[in-house]
Amino acid sequence: MPGTAFHYHKLFLNDGLITSGAYKLTLEMFFQNFLNALQWGSFYALIALGYTLVYGVLLLINFAHGDIFMVGAYIGFFIASFFLGSYAFHLPFALSGNVIFVFTVIITMVLTAGVGVTIERVAYRPLRKKGAGRLYVVITALMCGLVLENGNLALLGASRKSFPDLIEKSIYTIGGVTFTNIKILVIVTTILVFLFLEAIVRKTKIGMAMRAISYDRVAVLLMGIPLDIVIVFTFILGSSLAALAGILFVTAYPVLEPYMGAMVGWKAFIAAVVGGIGEIRGAFVGGFILGFIEIYVAAVFPSTLRDLIAFAILLLLLSLKPTGIFGIARAQKI
Amino acid sequence: MLKIENLHVRYGNIEALHGISLYVDDGEFVALLGANGAGKSTTLMSIMRLFPPEAPIVKSGTITYKGNDLIPVQPHLVVAKHGIGLVPEGRRIFGNLTVYENLKIATYARKDFNRISNDYEKVFSLFPKLADRKNQRGDTLSGGEQQMLAMGRAFMCGAKFILLDEPSMGLAPLLMQDLFKVLKELNETGTTIFVVEQNAHIALKYAGRAYVMETGNIVMEGSAAELAHNEEIRKAYLG
Ligand SMILES: Nc1ncnc2c1ncn2[C@@H]1O[C@H](COP(=O)(O)OP(=O)(O)OP(=O)(O)O)[C@@H](O)[C@H]1O
Ligand SMILES: [Mg+2]
Repeated sequence: MPGTAFHYHKLFLNDGLITSGAYKLTLEMFFQNFLNALQWGSFYALIALGYTLVYGVLLLINFAHGDIFMVGAYIGFFIASFFLGSYAFHLPFALSGNVIFVFTVIITMVLTAGVGVTIERVAYRPLRKKGAGRLYVVITALMCGLVLENGNLALLGASRKSFPDLIEKSIYTIGGVTFTNIKILVIVTTILVFLFLEAIVRKTKIGMAMRAISYDRVAVLLMGIPLDIVIVFTFILGSSLAALAGILFVTAYPVLEPYMGAMVGWKAFIAAVVGGIGEIRGAFVGGFILGFIEIYVAAVFPSTLRDLIAFAILLLLLSLKPTGIFGIARAQKI
Repeated sequence: MLKIENLHVRYGNIEALHGISLYVDDGEFVALLGANGAGKSTTLMSIMRLFPPEAPIVKSGTITYKGNDLIPVQPHLVVAKHGIGLVPEGRRIFGNLTVYENLKIATYARKDFNRISNDYEKVFSLFPKLADRKNQRGDTLSGGEQQMLAMGRAFMCGAKFILLDEPSMGLAPLLMQDLFKVLKELNETGTTIFVVEQNAHIALKYAGRAYVMETGNIVMEGSAAELAHNEEIRKAYLG
């Protein structure tokens, strides 16, 4: 896993938009890094939302979630390749890259949601019905993640794949700050997703049920609400967002490998906890905090120190507020 | 009509109900009395088809409602399909939702949308306090207000048959009377009421009939007036 972290870190230095090491922080660099931080924060936030949604409903830390992100990226890769005509079986007409991107995102989100729901059905639900202890469920989640990673390895081998360029990259420069249309896409999408989720959870009945379940599951049944459907809905939301994050990630950094979800997943999980797990705002803010810490630490210190310093800051945040930024301490009811 | 016949239920290996039988006719107001641990909550949870670890498993016997066997029914369908609601012991309000959300979530499975807004009005007119506190979180309500909300919630489920588990618990006598008056009013407008109580005074004042339970058995039944004058009951429950 440490190798993994290093791997994408290098990638991200190679895109030439960030300078790390002992450079002086100029105002331009500050804004340059600000955009980069928003982009990384977006990836973390999108994944963290999935951890937090499932935790909010089941009080389960779904450790397979980082690997769902990986699965999403791979499914996206195959769908995009299909549309580009890479396989014997293909469409009789050609589509533009942007159209392919949109189709790829939609189909991938649907299929990955299916993967998440399947894991819930075959792994978590039987344990829940048998009233298994939390430790067993968490271990099961970890193992599901390992199965996904190693299943991928077995099926596709260890070689990396390169995600095709679907969206033509445009580079803009405003006042010395350089950014791409992809970066803007990532950031705007994440903000829209956040607003969409907030609306679901605040305003709809199924959203209310999602909030109510963590408080009192039995009382939710007494309201005539089918628990399993609410739980499946939650996994659909979380997994499809992980897929979205996966495609956006490989669109920005187009390398796929079986362990790509491990380190990013752990970090997003930490972001969700720092923000206050179970709280949607928490996942969002936690993701961006992590993005900002990482980028600005890397801008000032040698990049090998990045994770060390970033995690030290997160530890400090947690020790100051152990419930996370938006978390509220409450008696745990299951 | 709800009809329970020769019902045996167990928690793990321990039998909690030893073959009870009872019925509640449509439109009735029936009370179930008994001391701590008699099996009153167990009876209500069995009717709602809740499952372990909270609730027991049915070993033998039947539970039918309007001729339908309830035993294989899932708990959310007991509410959504059969229209039976439970106001549980300890109220179990969603403390992280507002008063309004607590009521709204209860309409989750309802399809009779045109009647829902009427029902909100009815709840708010029965319990004006809830209207005042509409946007307050559930866990900021007083015990009495939570009991009102729990009753309002059961009503918003669209239940035609409401079970209540010790609604008077922890309430001041005056408020108890008020809540039972509301139950009476609901009963008179067509809702069937089956209420579990330790407070026999108040239950027998409002109910038409009652059962008395002891350690998993029904030991007495009759009209409320009859039981209120029964020597044993007076000694054991009416002090
Ligand atoms: N979840 C449970 N697991 C195991 N045993 C239980 C459980 N709930 C109740 N019991 C047992 O079943 C018996 C009946 O309990 P029940 O809660 O039905 O009594 P009750 O009449 O509602 O009492 P109270 O007035 O105190 O609420 C008791 O002996 C109790 O210990
Ligand atoms: Mg009880």
